[in-house]
Formats: sequence, C-alpha cells, structure tokens
Amino acid sequence: MKILVCISHVPDTTSKINFTNNNTEFDSNGITYVINPYDEFGLTRAMVIKETSGATVTVINVGPSSTEPTLRKALAIGADNAIRINAEPTDANYVARLLANYAKNENFDLIITGRESIDYNGGAVPGMLATYLDIPFVNACLGLELNGNQATVIREIDGGKETLEGNLPMLLAGQKGLVEEKDLRIPAMRGIMMARKKPLTVIEAGNAEKQTSVIKFDLPEAKAACTMIDADNVDQLVQLLHSEAKVI
Amino acid sequence: MAVLVYAESWNGSFKKATFEAVSYAAQLANKIGTDAIAITIAHQGDANELGNYGANKVLTITNDTLNTFNNQSYAHAIVSASNHVSAETVVISNTNNGKAIAPIIAAKRESALITNAIELPSTLSPFTIKRKAFSSKAFALFSSDSNEKVISITPNAFGIHEIQVSTTIESFSYNTTDSDQRLKSVSVDSATGKIPLPEAELVVSAGRGLKGPENWGMIEELADLLGAATACSKPVSDIGWRSHSEHVGQTGIAINPQLYIAVGISGAIQHLAGVNASKNIVVINTDPEAPFFKAADYGIVGDAFEVVPKLIEAIKTHKSNN
Ligand SMILES: Cc1cc2nc3c(=O)[nH]c(=O)nc-3n(C[C@H](O)[C@H](O)[C@H](O)COP(=O)(O)OP(=O)(O)OC[C@H]3O[C@@H](n4cnc5c(N)ncnc54)[C@H](O)[C@@H]3O)c2cc1C
Repeated sequence: MKILVCISHVPDTTSKINFTNNNTEFDSNGITYVINPYDEFGLTRAMVIKETSGATVTVINVGPSSTEPTLRKALAIGADNAIRINAEPTDANYVARLLANYAKNENFDLIITGRESIDYNGGAVPGMLATYLDIPFVNACLGLELNGNQATVIREIDGGKETLEGNLPMLLAGQKGLVEEKDLRIPAMRGIMMARKKPLTVIEAGNAEKQTSVIKFDLPEAKAACTMIDADNVDQLVQLLHSEAKVI
Repeated sequence: MAVLVYAESWNGSFKKATFEAVSYAAQLANKIGTDAIAITIAHQGDANELGNYGANKVLTITNDTLNTFNNQSYAHAIVSASNHVSAETVVISNTNNGKAIAPIIAAKRESALITNAIELPSTLSPFTIKRKAFSSKAFALFSSDSNEKVISITPNAFGIHEIQVSTTIESFSYNTTDSDQRLKSVSVDSATGKIPLPEAELVVSAGRGLKGPENWGMIEELADLLGAATACSKPVSDIGWRSHSEHVGQTGIAINPQLYIAVGISGAIQHLAGVNASKNIVVINTDPEAPFFKAADYGIVGDAFEVVPKLIEAIKTHKSNN
C-alpha cells in the first residue's frame, strides 16, 4: 500500500497573528511553524496502517525551503520519504494542481490531508486534488477501517456522522478521530536521527494557474471592556442580554 | 451571468443555512445585475419557499439515485445545472456538506474557489471579497480575476434576509454516472432535534471547570431553555466527557452565533480563535484573571455550580414575564 500524506506548514496555534507591509503580508517574526494540527491525525493514522498491514508513507508539502524542518519532523514521526514542491503556496488551486501533477503518476492507494490548514482555513486543496486525480473525496473524515482494498470511512455531517464504503484509491481530509489526541506521535530521538538519512526530494513547480490572491489582511476590532456582573445578581445579566444584546 | 445557489436540504427540508445562502445569492445577483437561481436536490417540501429569500427561479432535481447525499454526484449535478443556466458564480453555504462539494465544483468548472466568505464582494471588478482567515484570528480580502467563481459562505455571518420575489420552478434532470457513486452511504447517525452547532444562533459551552461529565445536566438544561446548541472546549472532548462534535475552537468547529455562553473555560488562544466571532460572549469563571474575560462582553466571576442554576431560574422568570 502506498500512502501520501499532505503536510501543511502553519503557524503554531499559540501564535498571535500580525501583518506587515501595510497589512499585505503575514508577519512571520517570532512565529514557530508546525505540522498543521489536522494533518498530524492523518500522519499518525498512516503510521498505524504501516505498522499493522505494511505501507510506504510519503509526505509532501508545497512550499519554499523554509518548510523543510516541518517535513523532517514528519519523517522523524515515521514517514519513509518526503517531497517538497518548490513554490509559494499562495492559492489553493495552484497547490492542488502541483500536488496532482506529482501524484498522478505515483498510484497512491490512499491520500490523506487535513480537513483544512489553520492559516487560511480554505479546506479547498483536498477536494480539488481528489477531483484532479479523479478519485473519491471524503471531507471531515473521523474514522477509517481498511479491509484490503475496501475502505469504511466516517465523515462528520452537521449534527452527526455518516458512514460510507468504497474502494481505494480515495482521498480523506481528516481530523481528530482518524486517531485520538492521545495517540498523536511526537518525534523521538531515534526518529530524529533516522529522519536525517531519509530522502527529502525537491521538485521544481511546473505551471499551474493561480486563481486568487490576498490584497490585504485585517484584525478583528478590539472588544470594548467586559461588563462585569455580580454573581449574586444574575438577574442583571438576563436583563442586559434581553435589552442591550437583544439575544434572549 | 446568473448566480446559482445550492439550496441544501436535510431530511427533505431546507436548512437554516440554506435561507442565508439564498439571501446572499439574491443580493449578489442584484449587485451584478442578474438573476439568482437556486438548485434543490431531493427536496420534498415546497421549493417556492425560496422566493421569500429572493430566488428568481428554482431548479429541482428529484432523481432516485440522488436521494442520499453523495458529494461527487451532488457536485456533478450542480456543475451540470450551472452550465444549463450559464451561471458564472455558484454560492454554497460552508456546512459540512457544502465543504464536501464546493472544491469539486470549483475544480470541475475551473472556477476560483473562495471559502469562508463573510460579506458580499466589496468590489466586482476587480472582484474582492472579505473572508475569515487564521482560524478567525484575522480577515483577508481575497481577489480573483477568474470569471467563474464558487463562493462558500460562513454560516451565520451574512444572515437571513427576506425579500419576496416571484419564483418559477423548473425540474432539472441529472443522470448519475458510476464514478459518481464510488462511495456509498451505509448509515447516518445524527442527533435529531438538536441544533447543528455551526448554524446555532445561541450556544452554551462548558470546559474543564465543570469537573466531570456528570455535571453537564445544568448546561443542557440552560441550552434547552434558551433553544441553544451545546459546545465544549477541546480537553473536554479529548477526555471523552463530551462528544468530539461539540469541540469548538481553532482545531474544532468555528462558530459565530449571536450569543456564546462560556462556563468554566479559561479562554486559551486556541479556544478563542474558534469562538471570538460570536456577537455576544458571556463568561462565567471562578478565576477573575481568566483570559476569557478580556474577550467577553459580559462576565461573572463565580462558581459555575452556583451561578448556572441561578441563571436558569432567572431566565425562567424572565420568560414567564415576557
Ligand atoms: C494544537 C492545539 C490546538 C488546540 N485547539 C483547541 C481548540 O480548538 N479548542 C479549545 O477549546 N482548546 C484548544 N486547545 C487547548 C487550549 O490550549 C486549552 O488547553 C483549552 O482550551 C483549555 O480548556 P478549558 O478552558 O476547558 O480548561 P482549563 O484551561 O483547565 O480551564 C478551566 C477553567 O475553568 C475555571 N473553573 C474551574 N472551576 C470552576 C467552577 N467551579 N466554576 C467556574 N469556572 C471554573 C478555571 O478558572 C479555568 O479558567 C488547543 C491546544 C493546542 C496545543
């Protein structure tokens, strides 16, 4: 079984978000980058498949050389090899096309991505990639059982879950549930040592269309000070929610 | 030119998010100077209802093979309808089903996909539109030169706007192909009668401060009383006190209800990311230094086990007086 795990390189969740250059660029000053949290669930799930039924796991990222530590981390967690497509990942269609150009000749049985990356939260690349490869796409995937070529998957729906069946290949855009939080892996010393020797191949980006760009960023307006209410006077809260906030 | 909007239904009726998407499409069409056309798939009720939100025309698909939602066949049916009405723009609500079809539609139509939109485009040429980014920690103004676009809108951001127009209904047929049906739905497990979190106007949420799953009775009671959905912080779902489907925040569901009541939640940056778009935030916490108070509109420093029961009583009294 050949598994491809797409890895997005994103600011750590504790990051304070700021912009520079007249609010046209993300300020990466002081930002620590990590594997996109949603991708970690997929990567760990791929490791479990590898250990239980055998698989080669390739991780891939579209990004400049500064994303390589993130790919090395995925190798340290246990992926077999890594691919970096050398390009700025500024548009979802562009990224999906570049990934598809690589994946179309590789015959992956399973492609796992995160359901979205926590920087732009577009949730666009997985479904586009699946479409360009003409394979089924499962969004917000929270469970996977494999039986040979047959997959039973669970996806999140509004207010519940749906179980689906189909044959590989397919693309799963995953999240917590593919594995549980406590099962997520962090690189151990031995993994980190081994990762140094694993192949990380850089591919130059071919041509692909960019369809969107960001003109500028904004931060939410600061909230006015909080109205504090005495714990013995919850009636006042109800009054305010009724007459001021007008929500009850 | 037309704007096509997918009017999602669930168990045969329209979702609340659908009326919002149709409202959005109608105002977008008006701005462009064209018609808003809705498409329903396997909808059982009266599609004329969409005229109340500005749909000039409704295409209805009722093939037997499309009775169950399938992202490939639904996306392909919508692409086929968009060609039929020469739509340049397709509008979808960013529900779970919406997210499962929007990228397929965009890729098939070679359209630009803009997800998480929260407003109408600020300008049409160049086409620019405001969307959420960085898990609601920021906004980004996106621009696209493509003529063809798929816009998926964040539920609860634009709102439902009633405007009465006369609607024509036209049945439309789409024949599913084998490749559409490569994934088959085996079962659906959904909490009936519960309000889906992303669509909820009011949300009552609780965190680790509640000490154990046995203490959620008062949270559910408060939510029921208000007609609110329930949510929780990430550790609460990780330890299994509540289901994952209630986890809100940067790595859970992002919400923007009218009211978010946070009980025993500290207000970590990752939690705030997913909920700070809520229009009104009430925080109940024993710790006056809890970071959540900085993001709140109304705060009570106090023990949840005392404050929440009092709040329930106060709301009951309020309801009986109003
Ligand atoms: C990669 C990553 C992603 C994350 N994503 C998310 C996310 O999406 N969503 C999320 O929620 N978290 C997320 N977190 C976790 C986040 O950092 C916090 O740990 C979490 O939000 C804390 O949950 P809590 O507020 O319920 O618990 P705590 O931080 O333990 O806070 C409990 C609060 O309850 C109060 N309290 C205690 N007793 C009472 C009482 N009797 N009455 C009233 N108040 C009381 C305390 O004063 C305290 O403020 C993420 C973390 C990481 C590292």
